Amino acid sequence: MRRRDLLRLGGFGLAAGMTVLAGCTGGSPSPTPAGSAQTPTGGAERTPAPVSLTPVQSPKAPTPAARSGTITVYSGRSKSLIGPLLDRVGEELGLDVRVRYGDTAELATAILEEGERSPADLFFGQDAGALGALAKEGRLMQLPAELLERVPKPYRSPQGLWVGVSGRVRTVVYNTERVRPEEIPASILDFAGNERWRARLGWAPTNGSFQAFVTALRRLRGEETARAWLAGIKALNPQVFSKNSSIVQATIKGEIEAGFVNHYYLMRERAQAGQPLPAENYFYTNGDPGGLVNVAGIGILASSRVPDLGLRLVDYLLSEPAQRYFSEQTFEYPLLEGVPAHPDLPPLHQLNPPAIDLSDLDDLRGTLALLQEVGLL
Amino acid sequence: MRVRVSGPALEQPVVVRRQWRAPALDELVAIVIALIALGPLAYLVWRSWQGSENALAALQHPRTVTLLLRSLGLAAAVAGTSVLLALPLAWLTERVAVPGRRALAILFALPMAVPSYLMAYAVVATLGPRGALAELTGRVLGIERLPEIYGFFGAWLTLTLVTYPYVYLAVRASLRGIDPSFEDAARLLGRGRLATFWSITVPLLRPGLVSGMLLVALYVLSDFGAIAILRYPTLTYSIYNQYRLSFDRAAAAGLALLLVACTSLLVLGERQWRRRAAFFRTAGSSRPAPRARPSVWAWGLAGFGLLISGVALGLPAGVALYWWLRARRLGEVLPGVSESFVHSLGISLAAAIVTVALAFPVARAIVRGASRLTRLLDLPLWIAYSLPGIVLALALVSLSAQFLPILYQTLPLLLLGYALRFLPEAVGTVRAVLVQQSPRWEEAARTLGLRPWQAWFRIQLPLALPGALSAVLLVFLTTVKELPVTLLLSPIGFMTLATMIWNATADAYWSHAALPTLLLLGTGVIPMAFLSWWEERSVRRGREG
Repeated sequence: MRRRDLLRLGGFGLAAGMTVLAGCTGGSPSPTPAGSAQTPTGGAERTPAPVSLTPVQSPKAPTPAARSGTITVYSGRSKSLIGPLLDRVGEELGLDVRVRYGDTAELATAILEEGERSPADLFFGQDAGALGALAKEGRLMQLPAELLERVPKPYRSPQGLWVGVSGRVRTVVYNTERVRPEEIPASILDFAGNERWRARLGWAPTNGSFQAFVTALRRLRGEETARAWLAGIKALNPQVFSKNSSIVQATIKGEIEAGFVNHYYLMRERAQAGQPLPAENYFYTNGDPGGLVNVAGIGILASSRVPDLGLRLVDYLLSEPAQRYFSEQTFEYPLLEGVPAHPDLPPLHQLNPPAIDLSDLDDLRGTLALLQEVGLL
Repeated sequence: MRVRVSGPALEQPVVVRRQWRAPALDELVAIVIALIALGPLAYLVWRSWQGSENALAALQHPRTVTLLLRSLGLAAAVAGTSVLLALPLAWLTERVAVPGRRALAILFALPMAVPSYLMAYAVVATLGPRGALAELTGRVLGIERLPEIYGFFGAWLTLTLVTYPYVYLAVRASLRGIDPSFEDAARLLGRGRLATFWSITVPLLRPGLVSGMLLVALYVLSDFGAIAILRYPTLTYSIYNQYRLSFDRAAAAGLALLLVACTSLLVLGERQWRRRAAFFRTAGSSRPAPRARPSVWAWGLAGFGLLISGVALGLPAGVALYWWLRARRLGEVLPGVSESFVHSLGISLAAAIVTVALAFPVARAIVRGASRLTRLLDLPLWIAYSLPGIVLALALVSLSAQFLPILYQTLPLLLLGYALRFLPEAVGTVRAVLVQQSPRWEEAARTLGLRPWQAWFRIQLPLALPGALSAVLLVFLTTVKELPVTLLLSPIGFMTLATMIWNATADAYWSHAALPTLLLLGTGVIPMAFLSWWEERSVRRGREG
C-alpha cells in the first residue's frame, strides 16, 4: 500500500526532524566551532549564578562546564561583526554568554514587549537611539561611575543608564582620482545647491546612520536648515543607494565622486582588497554637523537577575583587549582612554564633533516626516 | 475507455451541506487553532487601545491612504502576473510530454525558496543603475542609463519572481485532480483544444488558482525585504518604520489593524465568489490525464519558463557564487555553516509537518462544515498570515512572555510561530484537494459501517495525500527562509541559514553570506525532487493498475 508507506514516511520525517533538532539543542556537548553561541539548554530559564561582587578577570579560560554563570545578551550588532569578541568575553570571564542577534530596533522593541520577564540581561545596540528608547521607558539600570567615566562624556548616557562602547564617525568618502580634498566644502551644508557636485554624489536616505545624521542636523540647526539641505542635495540629482557600503564601492569604482557615509566602510573595503584603493575619507573636525560621532553602546536591564555579571561584561568591553578588537577588527573608534584608533584614522580627541546629546537621536519621527516631505522616502 | 460526465456537476452547482455532520473532535481542533490564531489579533487591538492616540494619529495621517493603495495595487499586480506566468507553466509540466518535464517541473517551483530580500539584492546588483546589465549594455550598446529599477517596477518584478510558484504549485495540484473525462467530453462534443481549456479546465482550476492568488496577494501585503531595498514604500514599510524609527508600538499596531481589515475583505470576497460551486466528479473512476505531444508553442513556453526561473534562481545564486569564490580566494572560513544547515532542515521539516497536520482539520471544517461559522474558521489564519513578520513575531513575544513564560524562546513555540505564520499555505492546498472529493465516497464508507474517523483515515486522507505532500513542501520552502519570527523566537544561539545570511548582510560581510545563500537555494531542490519522483511513481502505478 503506497499510501500507507507515505503516511509512515511522514511520521518518520517528523520524528527525524525533531530528533535532529533535539540533538542540536540537547544536552550533549555540542560539536560547534568557537564561532557559535550554542548553549546546552533551549529554554528561557536561567540558573541564578553565584557571583563575586568585585569584577574579577580570571587569567585562564575555564571549561564551559566550570563557567560560573550564564548571561544573556540581546545584540543589535551582527554576529559577523562582534561574534568573535563576545565568544572571547565568555572565555575570559568564565561566563556562559548567550547571545540573541537581531535588528537593534526590533530587539529593543522585543525587550519592551517582554516586560519584567525579559530573559535579556544586557542590550548591545547599534546606535544610541535604541538605548535612549529603553532608558526612557525605565528599562535600564544605573551604571556605576567607575565604568561610565572610562568613556568621554559625549559618548555615554547623561543619566548614566548606558555607555558607549565604540564610535562611528560620519565622513565624506571621495574618489582621489577625481576629487582634490580642498574641493570638499568646509561644511557639509555647503554641498547643497553646489553645481560642482551635480550628479556626482551618492547618499542613502533610507539608511539608519544617515537618518541619525539628519536628526542631529535638525537638533543642531533647526528644521528649516535640515529641510533646505535635503532639498538642495536632492536637486543635485545624486545617486541613491540603500547602504553605506554600496556608496563606498561606487566611489572606489569612480561611478560617483563622493558620498555621505560612516568612516569604517572604506576601511573594511581596504582590508578586503589588499591593495591601495583610489578613495579617502574626509573628516569634519571643525564641529560641523557633518562630523557627527554616534556610538554603539550597551546597557544593563533593570530586570536582570544577574546585574553583577552584566557589570563584569561591560567592564570587559571597556577594557583594553576588547577595545583593541574594535579598532583592529571593526575599524571603529575605541572609546576607552588610552587605546589608540586605527593608525589610518585621526585620533578621537582630534575629531571635535558637533555637541549633541546622543540620547536625543531616538525620536526619528520628525526626521521620517521630513524625509517624506522632501520626497526621499 | 469510459467517458462519463454528469452534467450537473459542471452546470448546476451542487450545494454540499447539511448532509453529513463532521466529527466533533475534528471541528474542535479547528476551533482551537482558530482561537490561537486570534491571539495576535487580540494583541494588536489591545496594543492600539493602550496607545489609541498614537494609533489614531497614524491611521489618520494623509500618507496612510497612499501607502494602503500602493500596497493593494502592488498585491493585485503581482497576483495577476503570477497567474499569467503560472497557468501556462503548470499546464506545460502537467499535460505536455515535453522532454525533461520532471526537471522543469522542479525548476519552475524553486524560486519560491529565495527570500525576497535576497532576490531584491540580486535584482539591484544585476539590473540596477550600476549593475551587471548596465555595464554590459553600456559597453556593448553604448546605452548609459537603464530604466529605473527602483520603485514599482523593481518591487513588482522581484515579488513576482519569488511568489509565482505559489500559484504554479496550487494549479499543478488541481490539474492533477481534475478528471480528464470532463475535457474529453468537451472535445468529443466538438470543442477545440483552447476552447476546452478555457471553458472546462480553467473553471475547474478555480479553487487552486484563487487560493494561490490569495497567498501571493497577502505575501505581497506583508513583505518588507523587497520593498525596502527597491524603495517602494507600502503600508508594511510604514509599520516597520514605526518600530525602527520611533519605537511606537501603538502606531504600528493601528496600521497593522488596517492591514487586517484589508485581508478580511479579500478572504471574505474570495469565499463569496466561489461559494456555490462543486468541483468533484460525481461518478466514474479516476485516471491520469494523457499528455499531449509538445507543439511549437510548448517549446516556446518551456524556453520562457526556463528564462523566468533561471533569472529567479540564477541572479541570487550568481551573486552568491561570486562572493563565495572571492571568500575562498581570500581564505576566509566561516564557522557554524553546517550546523545552521542542519538546524534549517530540521526545524523547517518539523514545521512543515506540524503545519500540514494542523491544516487538515481546518480545511475539512471549511469544506464540509455544517454552519457558516465553521466555514470561516480559517479567517484568523489568513489574518495572521498577512501580518508583516515583525508584527506577528512581536505579538508572539508579548503573549508568550506574559502567558507562557516556560515556552518562551523554545522550539515548540518557534514551531507554533511558524505554523501561525504559514498555515494558510497548507490549508489552501489541502482544501483545494478536499474540495475535489465527493462527499458521496465518505457517505458510502459510512454506510458500509466505517466510523467517521475510520472513513477519514481510509478514504479522505489517502486521497488527499498528494495535496498534503505538496503542502508540506510549500511550508518547508517558506519556513527555510523565514527571518523575523526566527530571530526573535528561536532558542537563543539557534542559528539557521536565514539568520546567518541576515547576520552577514546586515553589516555588508557579503562573503560570509555566500555559502549559506547557496545552501539555502539548494535545500529547495531535494524535497522538490522527492515530490516529483513520488508523483511520477503514483501516476505510473495508476496507469499500470
